[in-house]
Amino acid sequence: MTALTVSIYRYNPETDKKPYMQDIEVDVPEGKDLMVLDVLHLAKEKDPALTYRRSCREGVCGSDGMNISGKNGLACITPLSEAKKGNKLVLRPLPGLPVVRDLVVDMSLFYKQYEKIKPYLQNDTPAPAIERLQSPEDRAKLDGLYECILCACCSTSCPSFWWNPDKFVGPAGLLQAWRFLADSRDTATAERLADLDDPFSVFRCRGIMNCVNVCPKGLNPTRAIGHIRSMLLTQSA
Amino acid sequence: MVKSVTNLSRSGLSDWLWQRVSAVIIAAYAVFIVGVLLANPDMDYASWQALFQTTWVQIFSFLAVLAIVGHAWIGLWTVATDYMKPLAVRFIFLAILGVTLFTYLIVAGRAIWGA
Ligand code: SF4
Repeated sequence: MTALTVSIYRYNPETDKKPYMQDIEVDVPEGKDLMVLDVLHLAKEKDPALTYRRSCREGVCGSDGMNISGKNGLACITPLSEAKKGNKLVLRPLPGLPVVRDLVVDMSLFYKQYEKIKPYLQNDTPAPAIERLQSPEDRAKLDGLYECILCACCSTSCPSFWWNPDKFVGPAGLLQAWRFLADSRDTATAERLADLDDPFSVFRCRGIMNCVNVCPKGLNPTRAIGHIRSMLLTQSA
Repeated sequence: MVKSVTNLSRSGLSDWLWQRVSAVIIAAYAVFIVGVLLANPDMDYASWQALFQTTWVQIFSFLAVLAIVGHAWIGLWTVATDYMKPLAVRFIFLAILGVTLFTYLIVAGRAIWGA
């Protein structure tokens, strides 16, 4: 066993005037690498009031996105060996969203931006008897887009989203916007583009690329945003 | 679609494109002026004036000023909408910016074509 200091952002709006950082000492077993989520469980044994979201514990559900020693990521698939600095691990909620309690943030704004891009297939041609077929090449265009689990690690690491979370769609929403623009079965391309051609929704992206740096699924929202921009350009040139 | 009344062209795409085109114009003009100065180390007032009597230099110069005005408005409008959240503060800043840029335009026009 080795001792580890976990410094955790604590805030209970019912009892605390303002948030504070709490140091919890935990004993980490030697000889194996824990995930940050396991460390959180150990810390919760010391203080059962500690609150965080988690579900699948294998990087699929996207519930435990948080700021781990300064970088957004999923606690369940971030190894302690990578995340700790010296003998210390610092855990904060995802930046830029209102804190509900401790590490739990209110994701409403994030979902609202997602909803805005109409994240569903739109096709006004008569439905075929079985299904709408796609060539393997067209299907391949969706790779690197459909895998998003909406963990919000990217959007909450993006300064443009911090300053305008009500107007800038953000990397996660834009990755999905491109996912439907790129889909050969979707016929609402013109309407989708018209909805995005304002100075905020897409164009507030300044190419900072924090999104690419943090995405736990290795996706590239910046590239998708570039595709949307070129599509807007070619469609209105 | 997010509505905004104060940006340059109403369209994010046009603003974005103009920001890039104007940057190229400004860069080309900077290269031109620096090039002229380097190529003529003993430039005097008369030859400097003669240069600016040429129609294409006048057009290029005014184009560069226009590019600077547009570029500055788009860039600083973006900065203002990012960082100035109280509406009054932002509008006052944008008003001062607008008057300043307009003044640049008039002063530059007078300098180029003589008052
Ligand atoms: S793009 Fe990546 S970081 Fe962003 S929400 Fe999707 S999975 Fe999470």
